Amino acid sequence: MAAVAMRLPVARKAVAPSGSRGDEKHLVAPGDTITTDTGYMRGHGTYVDEEKLIASVAGAVERVNKLVCVKALKTRYNGEVGDIVVGRITEVQQKRWKVETNSRLDSVLLLSSMNLPGGELRRRSAEDELAMRDYLQEGDLISAEVQSVFSDGAVSLHTRSLKYGKLGQGVLVQVSPSLVKRQKTHFHDLPCGASVILGNNGFIWIYPTTEQKDEEAGGFTTNLEPVPLSDREVISRLRNCIVALATQKLMLFDTSILYCYEASLSHQIKDILKPEVMEEIVLETRQRLLDLEG
Amino acid sequence: MAAVCLSEAEKLYIVHGVQEDLRVDGRGCEDYRCAEVETDVVSNTSGSARVKLGHTDILVGVKAEMGTPKLEKPDEGYLEFFVDCSANATPEFEGRGGEELGTEIANTLYRVFSSEGSVDLKSLCINPREHCWVLYVDVLLLECGGNLFDAISIAVKAALFNTRIPKVRVLEDEEGSKEIELSDDPYDCIRLNVDDVPCIVTLSKIGYRHVVDATLQEEACSLASLLIAVTSKGALTCMKKIGKGSLDPESIFEMMETGKRVGKALHIALQKILDEEESLGTTRQKVGFLG
Repeated sequence: MAAVAMRLPVARKAVAPSGSRGDEKHLVAPGDTITTDTGYMRGHGTYVDEEKLIASVAGAVERVNKLVCVKALKTRYNGEVGDIVVGRITEVQQKRWKVETNSRLDSVLLLSSMNLPGGELRRRSAEDELAMRDYLQEGDLISAEVQSVFSDGAVSLHTRSLKYGKLGQGVLVQVSPSLVKRQKTHFHDLPCGASVILGNNGFIWIYPTTEQKDEEAGGFTTNLEPVPLSDREVISRLRNCIVALATQKLMLFDTSILYCYEASLSHQIKDILKPEVMEEIVLETRQRLLDLEG
Repeated sequence: MAAVCLSEAEKLYIVHGVQEDLRVDGRGCEDYRCAEVETDVVSNTSGSARVKLGHTDILVGVKAEMGTPKLEKPDEGYLEFFVDCSANATPEFEGRGGEELGTEIANTLYRVFSSEGSVDLKSLCINPREHCWVLYVDVLLLECGGNLFDAISIAVKAALFNTRIPKVRVLEDEEGSKEIELSDDPYDCIRLNVDDVPCIVTLSKIGYRHVVDATLQEEACSLASLLIAVTSKGALTCMKKIGKGSLDPESIFEMMETGKRVGKALHIALQKILDEEESLGTTRQKVGFLG
């Protein structure tokens, strides 16, 4: 049955600040004066004009001793060594792939910084170079770790672990990198029956949990069997929950996603994206997170 | 057009999902995304509307200007369409990048509105062979999130519904020279009857089934789509195939049936929201672009 829902737009309401424990953030808009004190050092997202420190982006002010930075809410990804990212191959070049990771410059994945299929350890030969498109071709998604950051901010990736590599069937959601909480692990097998990779670059990959991790293939064969309907329902629900959390600007990590998933269970999957339902479940999630913190 | 690049496995996941009637965002094959419609958003037009369908964002302005009727239809006014692809939507539209798409959409709109009776053009005539109203329908693409045609047709219909054309009278003196007099009352205006204005329903063939309101990702998985213009009574006024793939006749009939059914539902939902907005009158808080 066809369902067509139309509505009048409603002005976004300012939701009451969540922090009742006195940890209110110092928020600034571009052009706002952060401080007139000259004793501070200028960090990212700020500039000095007429001896005043002024914000150049909208976000929260962070201070480390004398250094003042503004962390933007909506930003491109700034790579840091050790970050987990999800990216899409845009170009195959000699000895390297170009990867789109939502940063200002395309990232690179060198042929030498990936595991060969079968986990062989040897120098990369000219034959390997010719077979590069067989491993990863344009459009393929990969998970990887940031190996180093170049002076211009471009990122070099590596996939030298069985955790990383080509991604198979699943759904990608793109959010702002500042919404992904930094944690010990960014790979989660959620108890609701699906797994997520929360890339630090704001790319979130949701995929069905596999029972046995295919060790010997080295992550280059993708399972092309149809995903069962029950798994699809979980994945679609998770996807909509993550979209809901991201539109309401809640931090994304395993607990918040799981709470949101549980809050959404009373609604149909496609209804989660309706603004009023979205608000309801996100408020419930936030309340539970606050209760958890105590 | 703004296209996205997907990996083979992602495409496969979408195709299998469509086969099981569960799309990536939880919708069934015949469900639309939640649409937001607001009219009267641009003050210096005769009528305007803004439609958001998922990530697709369309602004339509209708401007009524006086012109001379076309020679072959001396007692009718006419509509002119222009589609502007803003580089805000995607960087590809920068410079002349959006021109091709813009012309394609405009030509489609001309075809959709070419059928007799979609708009009562006779009411736009002021003075046969001399003066008529020309409605310039300007479409602006602010964001592309898939299913442009449907969103544009919804926005055009809403903008036409919102259009108010001032009433004019033709005075004739003894010598036979004519003078046009504009009514003093700004609220004294004619409105268009939009009951028979068609909406476009795009059906994208994905795998063995077809879906309505495809997202950009789903459009990347579809080889061919069928564009159908349906009136509120379910009459089909125009049909067009887009995409490089082919469709077999049987599936075209199936898609036409679905299109009619979905089209009717679309018209009912749109009319309901337009009437609701109308009933709120001036008390309604306008949201516009900063909401």
